[in-house]
Amino acid sequence: MKQVVLTIEENVPIAKDVQRMVLSGDLSAVTAPGQFVNLAVAGQYLRRPISVCDCDGGRMTLLYKIVGQGTAKLADMAAGETLDTLTGLGNGFDLSAAGQRNALIGGGIGAAPLYWLARALKAQGAETCAVLGFNSAEDVFYADAFAAICDSVILATADGSRGVRGFVTDAMAGLAYDYFYTCGPEPMLKAVYKAGASDGQFSFEERMGCGFGACMGCTCKTVTGYKRICRDGPVLRKGEILWAD
Amino acid sequence: MGRLSVSLCGIELDNPVIPASGTFGYGYEFAELYDINLLGTFSFKGTTLQPRFGNPTPRIAETSGGMLNAVGLQNPGVDSVISEELPRLAKVFHKPVMANVSGFSLDEYVAVCRRLDACPQVGWLEVNISCPNVHGGGMAFGTDPAAAAEVTAAVKAVTTKPVIMKLSPNVTDIVAVARACEDAGADAVSLINTLLSMRIDLKTRRPLLANGTGGLSGPAVFPLAVRMVYQVARAVKIPVVGLGGVSSAEDVLEMMLAGASAVEVGAANLVQPYACRDIIAALPGTMDKYGIENLNEIIGGAL
Repeated sequence: MKQVVLTIEENVPIAKDVQRMVLSGDLSAVTAPGQFVNLAVAGQYLRRPISVCDCDGGRMTLLYKIVGQGTAKLADMAAGETLDTLTGLGNGFDLSAAGQRNALIGGGIGAAPLYWLARALKAQGAETCAVLGFNSAEDVFYADAFAAICDSVILATADGSRGVRGFVTDAMAGLAYDYFYTCGPEPMLKAVYKAGASDGQFSFEERMGCGFGACMGCTCKTVTGYKRICRDGPVLRKGEILWAD
Repeated sequence: MGRLSVSLCGIELDNPVIPASGTFGYGYEFAELYDINLLGTFSFKGTTLQPRFGNPTPRIAETSGGMLNAVGLQNPGVDSVISEELPRLAKVFHKPVMANVSGFSLDEYVAVCRRLDACPQVGWLEVNISCPNVHGGGMAFGTDPAAAAEVTAAVKAVTTKPVIMKLSPNVTDIVAVARACEDAGADAVSLINTLLSMRIDLKTRRPLLANGTGGLSGPAVFPLAVRMVYQVARAVKIPVVGLGGVSSAEDVLEMMLAGASAVEVGAANLVQPYACRDIIAALPGTMDKYGIENLNEIIGGAL
């Protein structure tokens, strides 16, 4: 972990209530897809944990959904402003476990960390298929960006306004893959856990106090003991997950 | 003896700054960030006899100027703390550590304290009779002077280490509890633990915390903590450790003027991981600004 001050290069809407923020500065601690950063937002006591969408050439991209006070304030920030940021948080995805054909299954804003993962998997010569689920066509983002990297992209919307009508699990039906990576809301992760035809890795979200393992605010039970989502996660392997109910 | 050094129950501290229990784990995460030997000491995660998972998540909520937590005393249990955490800590921390102890019964407090009494690394036992996030223990002992006295006496009987009773602000008269602890033999009191609180989600119409209630900490509670430290310091002769929302060198000085011999820093560590290092670094300059030569001269200065 490293505490750094990053400069906002860009902060623009890319879909309904979804923003893209590009930051520059000392990104030396940002080392793996699936990690997150924790942003100090002026006027909010707790930091806001946001997954890293991409990091390359001295610039880091974050995609975030405006869901409350903190993210609304973030969306109001302009290029040139700075953010006190804890970087290099979380374990990230394990790319060494990847298969030949990897399904990248994202739900809503959970698609964000899969983008850097897709780039990294491509760089190591693995095939990727992105399966991205959204509520509606107006919520879709990065479909073209994923298409530029992945071998294929399947979109699903709950209302059928774009791509397959239904959930990512509907879009996955018939897809051939030998490993998967997934990130999204917990009900989606559970559905993917049940429907997934191979081993895989799951990136979880939880309300956090610190984001670096001190407060025990985000602990979950796993097959291998208690894990802090912020420090021992956010990525858990399929075989170690114990669902809360 | 530098100008920052203070004494707590006969043990010298290089400075009065002590990360508070529950915000510093067993020190390890912070030792990766800075040399934690620059701290006065720190109070490790509240430890119980058996391992505890704690409460379901969400365990954390935010509020203006602070946060609520309902972690519920997650810890690996005293035997693991002694066999695993303390040896690991010994590699990165070379000062006496404050052992924070929780329990659900008198017997449990006694059993945990007895085990920790045998650990040379432990300088003080901070006995938490004020956790608001567990049922049938914790705070129940800290809201009744007679029960607080009973725990104090029982723990004192099994240890030669200084015993600091950590008090709850969730009472009508914290002075009565502090006096009861002093009369029962406590070597010091620390206050305040968190304030029982709640936030409700407008979308779900349910409490934000899975536990329903949680403990409020952060700058929002600082004035209340100062008031209680002041009241207790006026009423007891034993040292008072002040905590509650302390976030700056100025806050440390204010707590000491209210009567604190040492000052714990809690929630600030979670949002600014270098908070304690930075507060210690800022103390000499802040003391200069207010004409303070030595910290000992201001303890209780406002009483």
